[in-house]
Amino acid sequence: MSIQAAEAARDDASYAAQEEAHGIDPRRIGDVVMEMKNITLRFGGVTAIKDISFDIREHEIRAIIGPNGAGKSSMLNVINGFYHPQEGEIWFRGEKRGPMRPHEIAHQGIARTFQNIALFKGMSTLDNIMTGRMTLMKTNFWQHTLWKGGAEREEVEHRRRVEEIIDFLEIQAIRKTPVGRLPYGLQKRVELGRALAAEPKLLLLDEPMAGMNVEEKEDMCRFILDVNDEFGTTIALIEHDMGVVMDIADRVVVLDYGRKIGDGTPDEVRSNQDVIDAYLGVSHD
Amino acid sequence: MGVGLLNTIEVILNGLMTGVLYSLVALGFVLIFKASGIFNYAQGVMSLFAALTLVGFQNGQIPFAELINAVFGTDLHTFGFTMPAILATIFALGVMVLFAIIVERLILKHLVNQEPIILFMATIGLAYFLEGFGDMMWGSDIKTMDLGLPQGGSFWFEEVTQGWAAEGADYWGMYIDVLDVIAAGVAVLLVIALTVFSQYTKTGRALRAVADDHQAALSVGISLRYIWVVTWAIAGFVALVAGSMWGAKSGVQFSLSLIALKALPVLMLGGFTSIPGAIVGGLLIGVGEKLFEFYVGPMVGGATENWFAYVLALIFLVFRPQGLFGDKIIERV
Amino acid sequence: MLYREAGDFKTSYADDAQTFPIAFDRWRYYAILLVAAVLVPLVIDSYWAKSIMVPFLVFSIAAMGLNILTGYCGQVSLGTGGFMAVGAYASYKLMTAFPELNIFFVVLLSGGVTALVGAAFGLPSLRIKGFYLAVATLAAQFFLVWLFNKVPWFFNHSATGQITAPERTVFGIAVTGPSVPAWASYLFCLAFVVLLAWLMRNLTRGKVGRQWMAIRDMDIAAEIIGVHPLKTKLIAFAVSSFYVGVAGALFFSVYLGAAEPTEAFGIQQSFLVLFMIIIGGLGSIFGCFAGAAFMIMLPVLLKNVMVGALGWDTTLATHFEFIIVGGLIIVFLILEPHGLAQLARLMKEKLRLWPFPH
Repeated sequence: MSIQAAEAARDDASYAAQEEAHGIDPRRIGDVVMEMKNITLRFGGVTAIKDISFDIREHEIRAIIGPNGAGKSSMLNVINGFYHPQEGEIWFRGEKRGPMRPHEIAHQGIARTFQNIALFKGMSTLDNIMTGRMTLMKTNFWQHTLWKGGAEREEVEHRRRVEEIIDFLEIQAIRKTPVGRLPYGLQKRVELGRALAAEPKLLLLDEPMAGMNVEEKEDMCRFILDVNDEFGTTIALIEHDMGVVMDIADRVVVLDYGRKIGDGTPDEVRSNQDVIDAYLGVSHD
Repeated sequence: MGVGLLNTIEVILNGLMTGVLYSLVALGFVLIFKASGIFNYAQGVMSLFAALTLVGFQNGQIPFAELINAVFGTDLHTFGFTMPAILATIFALGVMVLFAIIVERLILKHLVNQEPIILFMATIGLAYFLEGFGDMMWGSDIKTMDLGLPQGGSFWFEEVTQGWAAEGADYWGMYIDVLDVIAAGVAVLLVIALTVFSQYTKTGRALRAVADDHQAALSVGISLRYIWVVTWAIAGFVALVAGSMWGAKSGVQFSLSLIALKALPVLMLGGFTSIPGAIVGGLLIGVGEKLFEFYVGPMVGGATENWFAYVLALIFLVFRPQGLFGDKIIERV
Repeated sequence: MLYREAGDFKTSYADDAQTFPIAFDRWRYYAILLVAAVLVPLVIDSYWAKSIMVPFLVFSIAAMGLNILTGYCGQVSLGTGGFMAVGAYASYKLMTAFPELNIFFVVLLSGGVTALVGAAFGLPSLRIKGFYLAVATLAAQFFLVWLFNKVPWFFNHSATGQITAPERTVFGIAVTGPSVPAWASYLFCLAFVVLLAWLMRNLTRGKVGRQWMAIRDMDIAAEIIGVHPLKTKLIAFAVSSFYVGVAGALFFSVYLGAAEPTEAFGIQQSFLVLFMIIIGGLGSIFGCFAGAAFMIMLPVLLKNVMVGALGWDTTLATHFEFIIVGGLIIVFLILEPHGLAQLARLMKEKLRLWPFPH
């Protein structure tokens, strides 16, 4: 199935019918895998997120959009467990999430990229992506003191998988380069690789195309769609470029000033008056 | 009042005065840290160097006598004349300003964009350098500092406080060293002057601008280099006062440079970027130290002042990582 | 043309990840090991052993320890002197309480004790970061030195407060105590250096090393991708303290013979080791050796030149030493903040192309 056909199919309102017509499995979008219920997040006197609820279904690409300061990154941080909402519940894969630290949530299968690249500048591309395998590595400290045997075997095995990701993202040439030296676009790609390396159930992308030119954006779109297609990864995506959102997202949730003002397919959201007002800057209370 | 209570009050008073001196040293740190983001480990050695220079000028010592004697085989030590304290102080201040200019030109300028740990290491290197340099310039033997300030216990205060004890009690009054009181007074004046300077003068405002954001300060026309020279010169001045006060109390010697280390827990408590924090932190540490040593010291063999301040600051930091007045660290991703 | 890489390709990931992928490097490494293990013990004399090689080896170990904590994991520590003291006093208590225990195990156990103490002092690192942590480690430094000065149990209630290392032997040859042959003390320390360097290489090349570096570079992102922050930091503190403890035990029993806390383990040692890893290069095993060599050799060299050749008196020489060390540190930090290891790396780049300039 070509990318263009897939994207064209998504443009229509009843995409399920369309998909069946074009031969895509209508059960591709599965059940709800993550649900945010009445999340409220405050920092001192500032309420970043006010009573927001939405869900994310398995295998879908869910876009989170909204003007600057709407609370999108904060929402991702809540999903990651970095911020703890004062009110509300988070349900992941059918279970309510108790108080958890970010690394425990990572082990549950949630991976992420960051708005301002958070790569480990002191390491090479290869090492950075290898850190993404952290949750899947089982050897313990003592095996590593000896290296030969279990630790080396595991390193080689994970290196194999990481090389597959490097091939997928077409960054073979820079695998040994310290990431601090890479241009911005490549750094974003490496960060995507690190997130993919974790083989996540839910992939969070925070403005993956910020600061890119048209070609780089097309590349990144292609990678995101391929990831969703080939690995079936559920993706939640913050993005400002409306063209991208309308093209690749299955469903969209729109935030403004910490509240949800729209939720539905790209077309439904596009014609929502509140959303239009928010983006045009019409003042409201 | 009971003798126990009077003893406690005495300990607290002494603690407060020591605390004021700690605050003074800590202030030097805060100023430099606010303006340039550098934690200046050399502040303590600067105090020692300033004190040595002052005494050297006062006694008419020949700078680098040691070296000259070794190279040329001579046996020189002094010029023969002495300088009045006031003049020596002014000259010493001049030397510290010169030092500030040299440091800015040779070191700070080149290390502008480095990580904090590198800058910190550079100041440690500077501390070593200055220690050797100061010793070579003025000699490393212990010197007494005579600034013409009164010393010794205050008899008047002893008598007054003796009267506070109950009738017939075995109490001889509180011992407060007059020099300590003067030092505390000077420190308080200096702290007030610095706070006023920072809040109300144009240069002070520029200092605060630089502390906030180098780029923004540059964009409104503030010369970063000029501000750094001013900051280090002020720190040098603070070092001179601190060095003189401590030096007058216990002689000008190597241990003076260890005051810097004492200022660290003060800064931890008060926050690295806050002037009121340095003041409150200094007082808290000063009093805390003396009280702990007075009550707990005898039970554990004494000398707890070596570590109490640090442990106190450590415990405090665990519960409040930014210190009392420091800027709250909000981590964003 | 010497440093050939062309034709030297790897066909497996294991080969690609080896320590010395270039053949020239490998042979050079074996040569160094040969010289160090066989040649040096044959020619070494007492002066060289006592003043240069043994302190170099001992401080290399300490530098490796601090580099693990500060260079790889990014936790600045100014408590190295205090932890060396823990190792020294642990070894003293073990030697006096268990005279039959082989000195080799005494040193390792001392390291283990120090690891536990180090981990305990590392607990605040979860809440306190950067500078504040560095200053907090001073609490460890000052407290530990005070402890060993004041509590008589540590120095077996001796009147002087000093601890002295009793004689211990390995395979019948003395390595501690007054009558140790130069080569024996050297080889004993060398054995530990090789073992611990191998260990450090293993830990830093895989998952453990990456976890440390992730925390160093961006601890929040590290946590979000699954690195357990407290566990990782505590392991760094523990491993680092193990190394520093071993260094302390060797420093006391093999090098000094007798020690007193403030002088031998005061804050000046903490700075010394920190200088070593900064000048040598943070995050590099070679850097530990380069930095240790630099900081040990320099004062010896200066002393020989100034006191020996120029006939100046020792106080003047000491002042000069401070000036030069301080000055060099500043110069180094300005010119090459990543230390001698980086300089070596740059030289290697040049060497690859030699005799072509670029």
